[in-house]
Amino acid sequence: MSEAHLFVIGVSHNQAPVEIRERLAPASHEALRADLAAVAGLREFAVLSTCNRIEFYGVGADGGAADSVQAAYCARQNFGPAEFERIRYRLSGRDAALHLFEVASGLDSQMLGENEILGQVKEAYAAAHSGGSTGAVLNRVFQKAFQAAKHVRTHTAISSGQVSVASVAVDLATSIFGRLDGARVLVLGTGEIGEATARAFRSRGAGDLAVAGRRRERAEEVASGLGAGVLHFDERDSRLSDYDVVVCSTSAPGTVLAASAISAAMRARPARPLLLIDLALPRDVDGAAARLQNVFLYNLDDLARIAEQNRSAREADVARCRAILSERADALWRSVQGRLSGAEFAGGETPRQGAGQAAAP
Amino acid sequence: MFADLSDRQWLWGAGAFYVAGLLLGTAALLRGGRPSGVLIYCAILAGYALQFIGLGVRGHATGGCPLGNRFEIFQFTAWSAVTLYLVVGVAFRSSVLGYFSSCLGALLTIVSLSIPGWDAIRRTHIFGGNPWIELHAALAIFSYGVFGLLALASGLFLLRHFSLKSKRLGGWFSFLPSIIDLDHIEVRLLGTGVALLTLALAFGSVYWSRDTATVGHAKLAATVAVWAAAAAAFVLRVTGRLLARRFAWTCLALFAAALLSLEAVDTSRHPEAVQASVRLAP
Repeated sequence: MSEAHLFVIGVSHNQAPVEIRERLAPASHEALRADLAAVAGLREFAVLSTCNRIEFYGVGADGGAADSVQAAYCARQNFGPAEFERIRYRLSGRDAALHLFEVASGLDSQMLGENEILGQVKEAYAAAHSGGSTGAVLNRVFQKAFQAAKHVRTHTAISSGQVSVASVAVDLATSIFGRLDGARVLVLGTGEIGEATARAFRSRGAGDLAVAGRRRERAEEVASGLGAGVLHFDERDSRLSDYDVVVCSTSAPGTVLAASAISAAMRARPARPLLLIDLALPRDVDGAAARLQNVFLYNLDDLARIAEQNRSAREADVARCRAILSERADALWRSVQGRLSGAEFAGGETPRQGAGQAAAP
Repeated sequence: MFADLSDRQWLWGAGAFYVAGLLLGTAALLRGGRPSGVLIYCAILAGYALQFIGLGVRGHATGGCPLGNRFEIFQFTAWSAVTLYLVVGVAFRSSVLGYFSSCLGALLTIVSLSIPGWDAIRRTHIFGGNPWIELHAALAIFSYGVFGLLALASGLFLLRHFSLKSKRLGGWFSFLPSIIDLDHIEVRLLGTGVALLTLALAFGSVYWSRDTATVGHAKLAATVAVWAAAAAAFVLRVTGRLLARRFAWTCLALFAAALLSLEAVDTSRHPEAVQASVRLAP
């Protein structure tokens, strides 16, 4: 009996700029899978394709299968094999498994510790599994990767806190209001950062959004894109007490919300906190408002500092994460080696070519 | 085997489980992680069960609700606070509240067990066979347990408020519940405490009105003062005149006042009850 070969070939944001990654993005995943299914000696495979990476996880009868996958992909994308060779990484055995663990855990992501990648890896696996291209080895490797990713996210700071200004603002709101479905959000200003923050609020469940801008048409345009209501800019003081969160991002040269107006609004809603997020430069909100009871005022620097602290906390835990994942990859590799033997494949678990004889790696 | 255990041994067991909850939470926080809500809840539940048995054994021996000395009052207060936590904690899903509840349970239980003088005089049949007086006492001390949990929620509110105002949101501040959730639970707990204490005083006043000499002036004044302060705080909060940080500080002060009033309650025992007491060997 001979031993098969677990490998990963890929290109990510670490090696390739966005212009290259654009050229590497498959136009049709189905066609690509069909190409790979035809690769001789490739027993199992899964394709992970995101905006930051394209990766092929495979189990080949020998090391040659990985070369064939690379060639098939380059041909499909009309990408020069020599250029691909320069930018790609290629790992095998235990290192390939560890790489998947790190990718699923967000350690290899552009935004360290981000959560979205785990969902993308799960989707990639689901697509491969439903397409019948996974077997005993990849099934186990991916399942263990999901467990490992969940473990490090739970037991380390790798995913703690938010690292973008918009997400930090939403986290702040949840620290005050808990669930956001009952919170009313007013966006003052129609700038890009205000709109992005409003989108973050919407995506986290804020149901009641309103936009107010000095240019009514632009406010209506932004509100329409967000599915929000529109408030007349001149009504901002008189209607302030209706809102729980106010995101300010106007380009006004002076103060847009005076402390006296905020104080008056709080008299109308003394028991309900008010979160003011001032993303404008120069600032829109009178700094004296921070001293008012039940008013919480954060400006751009505050949010950026919190995001930076969260990022630092994540980076500080990278070594611990890698140690945990390395240990788990070792354990997985010990258990998977048996499955890589020819006898395992002969047992009928291989989804594609069945029991093929493989050369020693 | 367990049938031979004394009430104090059961209560030491309860204290050990509360301490275990405290240690579990502290270890998680020191590691920078969130305390495990399930583990802490289980530790508190186990401690609660042992405390229930211990107080039951003591109650059987004293012929009524065990509220005859400072040790028993502290144990009953801890048990009351934990009872409320076990109900509120499930709905509130706050592992940090569980952690602090285990701290409170451990503190009240272990401290009262560690001071032999508090349990040196063991009074029996202190309610003279009158179930209404027993109910009055049990409800009053139960309300103090509610104020204990209220103090915990208020402490968490102040920490969350501090973290938001000082813009320190990392570390274990990130495990705190939201400020609105904490405010809601404070109001509900205060309302519950006031309702229980009102009922307790109502039952007690019926008995007291028949013979005003049966209750010492110090006990009367202290208990009514605590009730009046709690009721006033509740009315002021509901009408929007006592809010946020000031309300939280008031709730903490209320629990401190309730604990201090226990001194007056303990030292103004009915003479007949004192005569019926049993002095234990130290």
